[in-house]
Amino acid sequence: MKRNRQKRKAPSIATSSLPDIVFILLFFFMTVTTMKKTNFLVENTLPNATETEALYQSDGIIEILVGNPTKHNGIYSMDVPKIQLGNRLAEIDGVATYVLAELAMMPENLRKTAMVSLKIDKTVSMGIISDIKNELQKINMLKINYTTFQGDIFRDIK
Amino acid sequence: MATNRETPEVNAGSMADIAFLLLIFFLVTTTLETDEGLGRLLPKKEIEPRTIDVNERNVLRVNLNSTNELLVEDAVLDLKTLRKVAFDFLDNGGALPGESKYCDYCKGKRDDSSSDNPIDAIIALHHNRETTYGFYIAVQNELVGAYNDLRNREAQRLFKQSYVAMTEAYYDEKTPLIQKEKLKKRLKRIQKMYPQKIVEPEVFSNKRFDDEAQ
Repeated sequence: MKRNRQKRKAPSIATSSLPDIVFILLFFFMTVTTMKKTNFLVENTLPNATETEALYQSDGIIEILVGNPTKHNGIYSMDVPKIQLGNRLAEIDGVATYVLAELAMMPENLRKTAMVSLKIDKTVSMGIISDIKNELQKINMLKINYTTFQGDIFRDIK
Repeated sequence: MATNRETPEVNAGSMADIAFLLLIFFLVTTTLETDEGLGRLLPKKEIEPRTIDVNERNVLRVNLNSTNELLVEDAVLDLKTLRKVAFDFLDNGGALPGESKYCDYCKGKRDDSSSDNPIDAIIALHHNRETTYGFYIAVQNELVGAYNDLRNREAQRLFKQSYVAMTEAYYDEKTPLIQKEKLKKRLKRIQKMYPQKIVEPEVFSNKRFDDEAQ
């Protein structure tokens, strides 16, 4: 009689290992991702490239973002690509001062190896990029990196 | 009086919820960093533009126009064949045996209308202000690809290891210092055989291509 009653009970699913699984996921994401340094004020779909090399350094990188502004704020048109320096949109004449200010904030030993990472939306036309390169040449900041995704280049063309 | 002699169990049912919350927080506030790209060294700014005398056969002219068309030596070319064209141009080795410019490791056609030696070969990349960045990167990628293919071939022949793998090993923190020194010498040697010379001439090409546009 006692035996029968036990059998009728619905078997419960053991969920005690669920936290473990979730924690493993959590640790995975904590290790492979990094904190967002800047909010994207511009659209930023990077182009694809196959012959990339890693940056081999995580410090001493100055980021310059270029793309169409994501939000219409009354000042900037959404069709004209803008340069994002830090957390604000800027014109071309702000690039040199921004890069020099960032360099000045770096520890001395990093300044020599500092490089500029250009994160540019793939639809931007080259004119603005030539201007940026020209500005960087003026202040003798010659090490640049066109940051890209790893992928087939022919996806960008069509 | 019934006493509960069992130790009270901690309710761990909500543990999963807490972990999920943390997980979602990290998913939202972090990004997968892309730390890869095409590295470039810009030329120094010169007040007086410098002109260099080079033979026309040693220059491969690549021009990107405003409608994203690729012109190599003034002829339209499909992007898919650019790598092959650049590869053949660099590997040509047109100088004759016995000449000082003779390239003994080149395996190209040795055509006298193409480059003499990879050391002299220059790729001149000119782009219009209206060229899109995605296309520019695609072309840069193919040109770098041609250099990497050649360097891989030579590295494989000389050191039984590809150039790309050697570069990775060189920058790997786990590689011992003695091996790094060895790798550095080898990388330098390969780079000397096929130096990467992609120039973006400003003055010369402006004059030339603007005339064409008019």
